[in-house]
Amino acid sequence: MDLGNVLHLGIKEIRGLLRDPIMMFLIIFSFTFQIYTSAQSSMETLNHAPIAIVDEDQSPVSLRIVEAFQPPFFTEPRIIGWNEMDLRMDRGLDTFSLAIPPDFQRDLLAGKHPEIQLNVDATQMTQAFSGSGYVQSIVSGEVSEFLNRYRSDPVPPAALQLRARFNPELDMGWFQAIMGISNSVTLLALVLAGAALIREREHGTIEHLLVMPVTPLEIMVSKLWATSLVVLLGTLFALEVMCGQILAVPVQGSLLLFMAGTALHLLATASLGIVLATFAKSMPQFGIMMILVLMPLQILSGAETPRESMPQFVQDIMLAAPNTHYVILSQSILFRGAGLDVVWPQMIWLTALAAVFFLVSLRSFRGFLR
Amino acid sequence: MTAAGTVASIRDVSLTYGATRALDRVSVDIPAGAMVGLIGPDGVGKSSLLALVSGVRAIQTGSLEVLGGDMRSDRHRRAACPRIAYMPQGLGRNLYETLSVFENVDFFGRLFDQGRAERKARITELLTATGLEPFRDRPAGKLSGGMKQKLGLCCALIHDPDLLILDEPTTGVDPLSRRQFWDLIDRIRAGRPGMSVIVATAYMEEAARYDWLVAMNAGKILATGAPSELMARTGTDNLDAAFIELLPEEDRRGHRKVVIPPMLEQDGDDAIEASELTRMFGDFRAVDRVSFRIPKGEIFGFLGSNGCGKTTTMKMLTGLLAASGGTAKLFGREVDPRDIAIRRRVGYMSQAFSLYGELTVMQNLDLHARLFKIDTEKIPARIAEMVERFNLGDVTSAHPDELPLGIRQRLSLAVAMIHAPDILILDEPTSGVDPVARDAFWQILADLSRKDGVTIFVSTHFMNEAMLCDRISLMHAGKVLVSDRPADIVAARNAANLEEAFISHLEEAIGEKSSGDRATTPAAPAHRRTAGTPVFGTRRMLSYAMRETVELRRDPIRGALAILGSMILMLVIGYGINMDVEDLRFAVLDFDNSTVSRDYVDQISGSRYFIPQAPIIDYGQMDQRMRDGTLDLAIEIPPEFGRDLQRGRNVEVGGWIDGSNPSRAETVLGYVQGMHQSWLMSRLREARGAEAAAGDFNLQLRFRYNPDVKSLVAMVPAVIPLLLMLIPAMLSALSVVRERELGSITNLYVTPVTRLEFLLGKQLPYTAIAILNLFLLTGLAVFLFGVPFTGNLLFYLVAGAIYVTSATAMGLVISAFVKSQLAAVFATALGTMLPVVQFSGMINPVSSMEGIGALIAKVYPTAHFMTISRGAFSKGLGFAELSGTLVPLLLAVPVLIGVGALLMRKQEK
Repeated sequence: MDLGNVLHLGIKEIRGLLRDPIMMFLIIFSFTFQIYTSAQSSMETLNHAPIAIVDEDQSPVSLRIVEAFQPPFFTEPRIIGWNEMDLRMDRGLDTFSLAIPPDFQRDLLAGKHPEIQLNVDATQMTQAFSGSGYVQSIVSGEVSEFLNRYRSDPVPPAALQLRARFNPELDMGWFQAIMGISNSVTLLALVLAGAALIREREHGTIEHLLVMPVTPLEIMVSKLWATSLVVLLGTLFALEVMCGQILAVPVQGSLLLFMAGTALHLLATASLGIVLATFAKSMPQFGIMMILVLMPLQILSGAETPRESMPQFVQDIMLAAPNTHYVILSQSILFRGAGLDVVWPQMIWLTALAAVFFLVSLRSFRGFLR
Repeated sequence: MTAAGTVASIRDVSLTYGATRALDRVSVDIPAGAMVGLIGPDGVGKSSLLALVSGVRAIQTGSLEVLGGDMRSDRHRRAACPRIAYMPQGLGRNLYETLSVFENVDFFGRLFDQGRAERKARITELLTATGLEPFRDRPAGKLSGGMKQKLGLCCALIHDPDLLILDEPTTGVDPLSRRQFWDLIDRIRAGRPGMSVIVATAYMEEAARYDWLVAMNAGKILATGAPSELMARTGTDNLDAAFIELLPEEDRRGHRKVVIPPMLEQDGDDAIEASELTRMFGDFRAVDRVSFRIPKGEIFGFLGSNGCGKTTTMKMLTGLLAASGGTAKLFGREVDPRDIAIRRRVGYMSQAFSLYGELTVMQNLDLHARLFKIDTEKIPARIAEMVERFNLGDVTSAHPDELPLGIRQRLSLAVAMIHAPDILILDEPTSGVDPVARDAFWQILADLSRKDGVTIFVSTHFMNEAMLCDRISLMHAGKVLVSDRPADIVAARNAANLEEAFISHLEEAIGEKSSGDRATTPAAPAHRRTAGTPVFGTRRMLSYAMRETVELRRDPIRGALAILGSMILMLVIGYGINMDVEDLRFAVLDFDNSTVSRDYVDQISGSRYFIPQAPIIDYGQMDQRMRDGTLDLAIEIPPEFGRDLQRGRNVEVGGWIDGSNPSRAETVLGYVQGMHQSWLMSRLREARGAEAAAGDFNLQLRFRYNPDVKSLVAMVPAVIPLLLMLIPAMLSALSVVRERELGSITNLYVTPVTRLEFLLGKQLPYTAIAILNLFLLTGLAVFLFGVPFTGNLLFYLVAGAIYVTSATAMGLVISAFVKSQLAAVFATALGTMLPVVQFSGMINPVSSMEGIGALIAKVYPTAHFMTISRGAFSKGLGFAELSGTLVPLLLAVPVLIGVGALLMRKQEK
């Protein structure tokens, strides 16, 4: 392999990229807007949860409960009758409906343990789960405050002091921003490397290269380093400027280690992009393949939902995907400040996958040229 | 009013594409009933003019009357369109590659609303006339160039046009097929004397046979008249020369006739030698035992049509392709693709002028110089020499795409020459270049050969260029027919010129005088034209639907997306988006180690959510293990916990949760708090009895529809509407944009098919596939994921069918905004995913939304189907409860199709 050729061909790739408006848009979009919106749009889990209340008691305590539900966590509660309750929930209008029985206050003061019914539409997964806890604590809070006026406080039980490490406020935006970077890196490595090859073929310049004294290995390595460098710079920008400055996410750990991991991940993913590009006959076919390959890669990598919650066979299959290890690596380094003593298994996985994908892509690239 | 005897009257017509002026105030009357030729090099406006006359392109300025009516008027265009036939430029550009010969013609017959019997009769007649009958089942993509053009002609003639417009119909076709093509046109014209024909051509020899010519240059008309008139006016004996004389002074400056001094006899070795060279592509023999020798310094030409094996032979000589048999030698050494050294002695210029459009002229030269390992210090001098020699001084910082073809061609040659190779291999270097630039190019080649002794191997399909070579080989169907000096080839056949000689060789090779003779003259057609075109033609719509179906069946990647795409994504999302948090790893730092503290820990260990890990020894280890990510939860129990608790002192249990995934941490938080409370309760019960521990009131919590709060049960009915929007919309958007990108959209412009028929025809097969997907996804949900289906299945399926119709219609709307297929893929992904995921109740219910989000939720069809899907799957609902939701869906379909049809154009802008 002639390093001079690799250098000059790589510079050509970067110049080509700079003049490709669609790809430049994609790069800039992915490392700025995409990360910003994914960090910002992650609303608090409970946002305007629609609630309806059947109040058959109409007592001071039931009014207290009704008034306790306020935006932004809940919508203004809608006061409905018994007959409407099921209908509204069937239509998906309310996620919660609370039924306060007649004579609730009287029974409460008499110590008869009256019962309040809370119906939750459990098809609304996100709201149902966290919201029902809120509703319970709001109702209990109001009821006990009401009762406290009539009797003294009971014995205090043992306290539980829970703290979240690495993200004390449990700010969803931090997580989304970092995972946004990881998704952008995967997407761009795949698309840029594949598109670089297809663009060359569509313009007929790949043949031209081959009559020159350059080898397929040199052509491929030049595409890989050029693509990786661009994405690496984008990652650095996203991490330092987008996360560090604009979104104010406190990033932990060694930047150098993270970048090394990113480089390995890029090598593996860009090689994969080249393999896909050799299968696709044209840019449109490549686009369709992207949809079918990229979505599984991203959804199952652990960047969207915890990897531990997936079935074992999915977890096992996804070990062959570089971004699974990359997601673990970036969570460990950037959130927990882990060092090489912790992430070495991921580094080894990424190195091995990069080597395998590189060899496979070199093989398919040579076959493709024939 | 059109003047008598004119078929098209053009007045002050101009046309601009962005900054380019394609036509500049053109005025001309084209005579009716004649064979009219437009001549001139590429890019002078010939195609633009033909596109305007045929009605493909909308008029910008000026007036244009064709067949006695104003082409600006929609009504006239609708009336005239069945009388006009248009064949666009490019081999088989209006054909569908995967369709067979018969299917292609049949498709056009349907577009002109011909009945089955009529179509059958006409197709047989046309295929017999063109000699295509034996190939009626062969896919159009597998035909030779000449056959493709004949098929294109069949498609154009299916409706007996009065005006036939042909845009460069014979470019790149071998001379025999070309002759057959024109013979065919002559016979058709003889059968229908009233038919007018307008042809654009790059071959001046052909143009000499036409009745009347329009010579064009740079968007303007240079001259009009019969060929003999033009030659007489300029005092020349051929049209090539006449055309150059007609050019304005500044374009002609510097032009001189190419003079190539005779080659000095050299006793050196052969530069190139091929013996029995063969190349197979599967069963197809692209190059068949080709042998030739080219001595050093010779200009050797390969003459033949597109696809005859010229390029393949050249690729084998350069080592780009391995030979299947025989040998190729350069300078006496066998060509070995792995031998890098030999490439330094060869310069190659491929057909497409493969320059890097993203690099400037200077950067292109520099890159090639470096790749060819010219010494770094010598590079500037060498580049300067090339710039000087190929006259590129003015354009060094320009990008090749911005340059005219002639300059690009010189640059391409400069790039191929940068390393001073001994052999130059040029694959059709002059296609599309104007005659002045072409002559200048040949002069450079002559100098290289005669002065520098460079061996030049060039391929062409122009006879006059072949005449300039020292020796040529005539090639056909992978075989060399003859190799000799051009003049000797002509003399040996007693032919008038090279073309005649070539045809005579071709006939001999094919083994019959001319396949054209086998073809019959089409019978003069009785006027069978359908009287009026119906407002909505079901046949025309079905024609598109059937074609789309056949094409999809033969395209594996789009087919896979159509059938498997949504299933794959459903599996991925089903398995991937699982929000159930289980198997959490926790460990304890127990400073107390009493029965009470162990009881506290057992309570957590016993939960199905937590898996106990080895106890923590000290704070350092706790920190380490949390950092490793091996612990999700660490609990710290203070010293004297048990005793203090019993004495009623304030005690505090500490807990640390891994917050790197906040939503997961949130759930853990909830679990731990719950367990802490219930532990306290149970202690209280032990101490004071059940009565004391009971609360003031009970809150009875009922998780409805999904009592176990399983995320699959909640998610799957929401994912189905997502996928049934994403994939069907993408497929239908692609189907329209694909036609635009491949050029077959022209058939919408020039046939009577309306926009609505076109769109509905395209939509139909994809809607059918989407309904199939609806069944498949529902099956997956119920049988694989075990999501119970509790409602009315029939109602759900009917609503689903309406919903996917709106999804495919959504694709049609999106297709109006994008130009390329790649853009269609991304635009559909964005345009469907965002509204569906954010604003359709997938994550947060629609009733939580405000402002613009709430509006999108009301208008976008998905939210309504989401309600139906959830209702039918989980809530046990049917027609009675959900029918109101159906109304917006039913409205969405016609509205979206209507918008799609309005945004679509029946003419190119």
